[in-house]
Amino acid sequence: MKQLEEKIFKIIMICSAMIILGVLVYIIATVFYRGLPALTLDMITKLPGGGFYLGKEGGVLNAIVGSIYIIIGSLAISMFISVPLVMYINFYLPAKSVFSSLIRFSLDILFGIPSIVYGAFGFALMIFLGVRASLLGGILTVAMLIMPIMMRSFDEITRLLSRELPDALLSLGATKYEMVKVILRQLMPGLVTAILLAIGRGIGDAATVLFTAGYTDNIPNSLNQPAATLPLSIFFQLGSPVEEVQNRAYASAIILTVIILILSFSARYFSSKFSKNKI
Amino acid sequence: MRRLRAAKDKIARYLMLGIAIFTILFLLVIGLSLFFKALPIMRAKNLWVLLSSANWKPFKGDFGFLPFILSTFYVSLIAIIIALPFSILTSIYLNSYASKNVRRFFEPVVDLLSGIPPIIYGVWGTLTIVPLIANKIAPRFVEFSTGYTVLAGGIVLAVMIIPLLISITLEVFRSIPKEMTDASLSMGATKWQTVKKVILRKSISGIIAATVLALSRAFGETMAVLMVCGNITQLPHSIFDACYPLPALIANNYGEMLSMPNYESALMFSAFLLFIIVVLFNGISRFTLNQIERRYQFS
Repeated sequence: MKQLEEKIFKIIMICSAMIILGVLVYIIATVFYRGLPALTLDMITKLPGGGFYLGKEGGVLNAIVGSIYIIIGSLAISMFISVPLVMYINFYLPAKSVFSSLIRFSLDILFGIPSIVYGAFGFALMIFLGVRASLLGGILTVAMLIMPIMMRSFDEITRLLSRELPDALLSLGATKYEMVKVILRQLMPGLVTAILLAIGRGIGDAATVLFTAGYTDNIPNSLNQPAATLPLSIFFQLGSPVEEVQNRAYASAIILTVIILILSFSARYFSSKFSKNKI
Repeated sequence: MRRLRAAKDKIARYLMLGIAIFTILFLLVIGLSLFFKALPIMRAKNLWVLLSSANWKPFKGDFGFLPFILSTFYVSLIAIIIALPFSILTSIYLNSYASKNVRRFFEPVVDLLSGIPPIIYGVWGTLTIVPLIANKIAPRFVEFSTGYTVLAGGIVLAVMIIPLLISITLEVFRSIPKEMTDASLSMGATKWQTVKKVILRKSISGIIAATVLALSRAFGETMAVLMVCGNITQLPHSIFDACYPLPALIANNYGEMLSMPNYESALMFSAFLLFIIVVLFNGISRFTLNQIERRYQFS
């Protein structure tokens, strides 16, 4: 009897794991199946031409470049804040201090705040500062979104580092600041993983840039011009009643999916490299 | 030279302290600025009326948020109901049954599922789930449905929160000392009996915390849900009705909000509402999870 129950539940569990795997394959397959016919070289090398949204020629280069601009800017900002913070929690504060657990707790909560709330807050902030929807607004808002992601994943990896290296450095007479500089080099693969994860989240998010970055058919030349983004480009093309435009939305979805796949696998590669270094 | 090094160290330390304080205060800043942005409408209307009225006519100055709140709640509830069994069963399988290779294979699967952008989920939902509901599922129960429904939103959301649920329940399972399961197994219990009587019983608080966390993630999800749930302002009566969750309300109405009095404030009010609920849910569940982790780490 108990053997039978064992078998039944094992089968149910394997089925549910298979279904989850199947859904992932189904999602990727659906996007590729619908998008591949419309995916041409023009899509990634050309700006939207006249009548692009009526099905005429052009591509989504504006959105690709806009997304890259925004992610580079927000990465720069969030790195300048995340790296010192993680070093501070791990090497400056005592191991079980109340302050460090308070910081980690607020990071956990910041991590859970939905991107639409960041979007609304970013928008309110921009009205307050008198900035219109622009590249700058998008960069700032996406930076808020990816900062907790970066901090948390970098912190998790930093916690795994053995205490021997920092102790050895300190006993050699290095100041804490000098110690941190050496440790950072050791933590490089971990930092790369954290950055890749943050890029993955930032580049795919539409709700944050919806009101803060605006949309344009051109590539922005300065920080106060609006910038297009890949997810929004997909969204707007999907809203078109013209079938060619909708098909191009699916093609743009392939571009975004491929970017995410590459980022996800390289993050995995770097984190496995890190655990090899560690042992 | 020595003094320079000490000075550098000191400057770095204060800068870092500043960043740390900023991070903690940032949460407060977001909350307060959303609150002040929402203040005009809370002044103009009774808070209870805002939350409990179903009358939404921004042109006439009527702002009842009930349809949006209920929509958010229904969609998230369906998502949790669908996602929870799959996630728990898969986590148990990965934790207690699967070989090392299967586990190694499944890690990137979960990673990828959580990495796929909401907009891609939305595209997938409109291409597959919506027609499936409109043509196959709904006709068995109701006369007509466009497919853009509470159910569609719930299904897409379920897939989106499964990776979060799996990774947290796996962590909770791992925090159970191996001696406990070994003891159960050596007493002649089968694996499933051990799972049922030891692992699940020990991790019930962790699973509840994970559920609350996933629920708060579901509340705030915007783009994917917006694309599949119809966006009609009404009180949904069945899972085959269209609905209009709070995040979708914010996302859809930003362009036009400045032209109507109190409209901006009303949208900021919904953002504030989301913020409060999410911070509350997150706070409770993260606290519980930290507690669990600590209990086993140092025992």
